[in-house]
Amino acid sequence: MADTERIAVVRERFDATASLLRGKLGSDVFTTSTFRDNCRLIASSDKVYVILEACKLHGFDMLADMSGADYLHYPDAKDRYGVWYCLVNTSTGERVIVKTYVNDPNPTLPSVYGLWKGCDWMEREVYDMYGIEFKGHPDLRRILLPDEFSSFPLRKDYPMRGKGERHNFNPILRSES
Amino acid sequence: MAIEPMEGIVLTQLDHLANWVRKNSLWPMPFATACCGIELMATGASRHDIARFGSEAMRFTPRQCDLMIVAGRVVMKMVPVMQRIWLQMPEPKWCISMGACASSGGVFDTYAVVQGIDRFIPVDIYVPGCPPRPEQLIQAVLDIQDKIKRTGTLFAREFKNRSTFEGPRLNPATIPASERMIAPGNYETATRLQD
Repeated sequence: MADTERIAVVRERFDATASLLRGKLGSDVFTTSTFRDNCRLIASSDKVYVILEACKLHGFDMLADMSGADYLHYPDAKDRYGVWYCLVNTSTGERVIVKTYVNDPNPTLPSVYGLWKGCDWMEREVYDMYGIEFKGHPDLRRILLPDEFSSFPLRKDYPMRGKGERHNFNPILRSES
Repeated sequence: MAIEPMEGIVLTQLDHLANWVRKNSLWPMPFATACCGIELMATGASRHDIARFGSEAMRFTPRQCDLMIVAGRVVMKMVPVMQRIWLQMPEPKWCISMGACASSGGVFDTYAVVQGIDRFIPVDIYVPGCPPRPEQLIQAVLDIQDKIKRTGTLFAREFKNRSTFEGPRLNPATIPASERMIAPGNYETATRLQD
């Protein structure tokens, strides 16, 4: 199948899913956008859990990926942070991306741990890098950086060379070792 | 009249004897964190064969080693581990900082990567290169052997004198914390905000 045909099939299925979800949740809960075979449902942060729950009931039983971005200085961006959930329906192969935005201060989202247990480490990573808090996560702490690290390094206002964390250790002198 | 030594007897200092024994039987501790570790393995393999210089006995426990070879970039999370391994090695011990990353951070000038291990542990020999060729590492081992021969003492007295910090005094690449980045990048100012 040629790529354009495949994309047309993917979008047809996505339109069907989106209208079904609109029928369940109401027409103003989310907007949609597409790029090639990426099909997105975009919602505000207070509605996103309802949409994710409906997606789970609709058959999207796997959270394939979850990530975030900082849109500081990004052209035409209205919100500071973006968070998205890539869902897969493992029986039909259908994929959908649910995207939402959060803002300073205290960017907070509900945890989807109750829907997909696989979100555990992904939410911890988003928290580690962007400082977005996931309410209801059972064990929300840093996953990659050390516990005593105090910044969120993928935020765009964090200097690339850090704030001195990397050299905040005591040297060992040769005479003492 | 001088006493003639008997045939088959060598007179020497105990220091020299200890140095001679130690320098020809260095046991490296391979602290290999990145691609320099591959060159370190190549140095140990048959083509370059570090056994020719008596330091083929690599042990993966610091308690049996006397030469730490830090091969690769060290991140801030690894610093306490590296310091602990260094402290667990018995005296006398030496340290080789292998490659640009271990010596200076290399190209990885980011928030997590330490800009040279000599800020945290004492280093005897630095090996330039990215990564260094096995020949360079062998040269570093020879330099360590030379250093042991010149400065070594039986009871490791020479280390007691090294009581000052030997790392970099001031790093010109260290930018104040107030520095912020432009995103997306501005190619004219190399992505850094101008004052």
